[in-house]
Amino acid sequence: MSAVADYFKSLTLWELVKGLKLTGTYLFDRKITVQYPEEKTPMSPRFRGLHALRRYPNGEERCIACKLCEAVCPALAITIESEPRDDGTRRTTKYEIDLTKCIFCGFCEESCPVDSIVETRHFEYHGEKRGDLLMTKEKLLANAERFEAQIAADRATEARYR
Amino acid sequence: MINPFALLQEQLTALGFIPAPLVVVAVIVAKILVIVLPLMGGVAYLTLAERKVIGYIQVRLGPNRVGPKGLLQPIADALKLLTKEMVVPSGASRFLFIIAPILALGPALAAWAVIPFHSEVVLADINAGLLYLLALTSLGVYGIIVAGWSSNSKYAFLGAMRSAAQIVSYEIAMGFALVGVLVAAGSLNLGDIVAAQRGGLGPLSWFWVPLFPLFIIYFISGVAETNRAPFDVSEGESEIVAGFHVEYAGMGFALFFLAEYANMILISALTSVMFLGGWLSPIPGIPDGIHWFLAKTSFFLFLFLWFRATFPRYRYDQIMRLGWKIFLPITIVWIVVVAAMVVWKLPPWFAA
Amino acid sequence: MFEQVVFYTFAAVLTLAAGMVITVRNPVHAALFLVLAFFASSGLWLLLEAEFLAIALVLVYVGAVMVLFLFVVMMLDINLTVLREGFARYLPIAGIAAVLMFVAVGSVLTQEKFTLAKTAAEVAHPADYNNTRELGLALYTQYVWPFEIAAVLLLVAIIAAIALTLRHTRQTKAPKPEKQVAVRREDRVRLVKVEAERQG
Repeated sequence: MSAVADYFKSLTLWELVKGLKLTGTYLFDRKITVQYPEEKTPMSPRFRGLHALRRYPNGEERCIACKLCEAVCPALAITIESEPRDDGTRRTTKYEIDLTKCIFCGFCEESCPVDSIVETRHFEYHGEKRGDLLMTKEKLLANAERFEAQIAADRATEARYR
Repeated sequence: MINPFALLQEQLTALGFIPAPLVVVAVIVAKILVIVLPLMGGVAYLTLAERKVIGYIQVRLGPNRVGPKGLLQPIADALKLLTKEMVVPSGASRFLFIIAPILALGPALAAWAVIPFHSEVVLADINAGLLYLLALTSLGVYGIIVAGWSSNSKYAFLGAMRSAAQIVSYEIAMGFALVGVLVAAGSLNLGDIVAAQRGGLGPLSWFWVPLFPLFIIYFISGVAETNRAPFDVSEGESEIVAGFHVEYAGMGFALFFLAEYANMILISALTSVMFLGGWLSPIPGIPDGIHWFLAKTSFFLFLFLWFRATFPRYRYDQIMRLGWKIFLPITIVWIVVVAAMVVWKLPPWFAA
Repeated sequence: MFEQVVFYTFAAVLTLAAGMVITVRNPVHAALFLVLAFFASSGLWLLLEAEFLAIALVLVYVGAVMVLFLFVVMMLDINLTVLREGFARYLPIAGIAAVLMFVAVGSVLTQEKFTLAKTAAEVAHPADYNNTRELGLALYTQYVWPFEIAAVLLLVAIIAAIALTLRHTRQTKAPKPEKQVAVRREDRVRLVKVEAERQG
């Protein structure tokens, strides 16, 4: 009996109409598309974007070449070479991050005892030729100079969770 | 109203140096261009409409970057496809491989010869118009079969086989639905079919009321015939990559694309001519016109897109079951019902 | 003049395509040439103002029969060398049969009543002459019995073909769609109210 009823109900295409009704309502729903270059989604102060190698306010490099970041990097993207400087302190002679290897896990930032290597909120960068995405020490220092204000502000707001 | 084509004929004859048969040919070519060029534009913008409508249903905006509101997107797509290379796979049957997209597009365009846009506005006002349409819609399958076979590719071949079996099956239900229409109208001429739907009840006197099951079946079979979702097993992206046109690139692919969308427009136009009274006005007192025909066609095109955004793909055996075991019996039964209605002159549709 | 050009074009295409059907090696190409031949003959019929027959030819033979032919031919893995094996052996018999056939057809066609002079001159029809209607009237009044008998014969053939090929043992394990579609939630899911166990 119910099989017959179901058969006739299926002939009315009722379930298809129900589906069409559902999609039909979404046709007039508010669209959630974010029009990227003009509109941007809010970003966390903990965002992990392009790396930077910071300096102290007096201009001294923070990095002491402890190589913790190099050791912790799961993608083996960091290469560090170090030598004693003229004043006897240990400093890096080479600090490179290969962004084509980097997985942006943030472990380098976590492991850094002096808050030297950090990940900025900047993510809209690109490389146009081979090697552009190999971040040398100079480039990393330049990044820090460019974004220092925001880096410092983000570190300040996040300080109490660290 | 001045007939622009009659004017053109006069002017060409007045020039004097063109022989009379050539003038006739020139006028026919002009008529074909007047139909085909807007059709191609319609196809181009149907692709945009499809992406927009499906985007909106999926709570997205759809393409909106090329030109204002994305209106130049189809042109960008066409230019991209035109500049791409057409690759003929090694081991492919070269001649058939190249001619297959043309075989697919040709019937979709040729069928427009008998579509009446208004009472006198039709390229070829032939008596066997409905038969001609049936014959041409059944030819579209050749493009697909030949493409699938000549590509020398397993996926393409599978897609072609699926599509051929599907089109042949649904053509029968479609043909029977049209038999119902011709019984109701008593004519094979599409203009007469529209004229037979004129009545005092406005939209209710059109054929979709007395032929309601045939109307539904015709349109669903039309969706299946054009290999559109949810009957798109011949493309079946997740199963056989892209089906019959997997080996095509550039203009060959574009022609298949054009054929698919031209077929969609054709099926929509036919449904509106045969069941929704073509150019007849739905509101009494407001004059008939080609705009009604276009509006009805657009409505069915929107349904095509809506279906695609709503329904998941049918499984192959279910498609066959639907065609042979459900649609075919219903159409046959309803042809008998229609014949009875016509014989007993059931008012208000068949009173005359 | 125009009609003659059209006639000879279609006739040339028709003969050429028909010849290719039996000479090309690839069976799919042969089937497609047959399609071309059907088209050309349909064009010839159009020229004779037999538009119903012309369109029906395309609809039935090109649209349905040849699609199934192609379907089968494409699926088959035809080995041409095996097909060619008996060519020399059967050539004499086949040749005699072909000659006999040719003579038979020729002797019929060269008879007096088939000459051009005996054929009735073409009747000029008005523009609104409806070929389909005339054909329908003739079929269902004058020739109603032959027509119905042919229909019954075809029906018998269909039933016979199905009866001969239908195998009742279901070989595939695919589920039946009609059963799947009929499934309701109540058939599959049972809501059970479980009493919470009371701790002694």
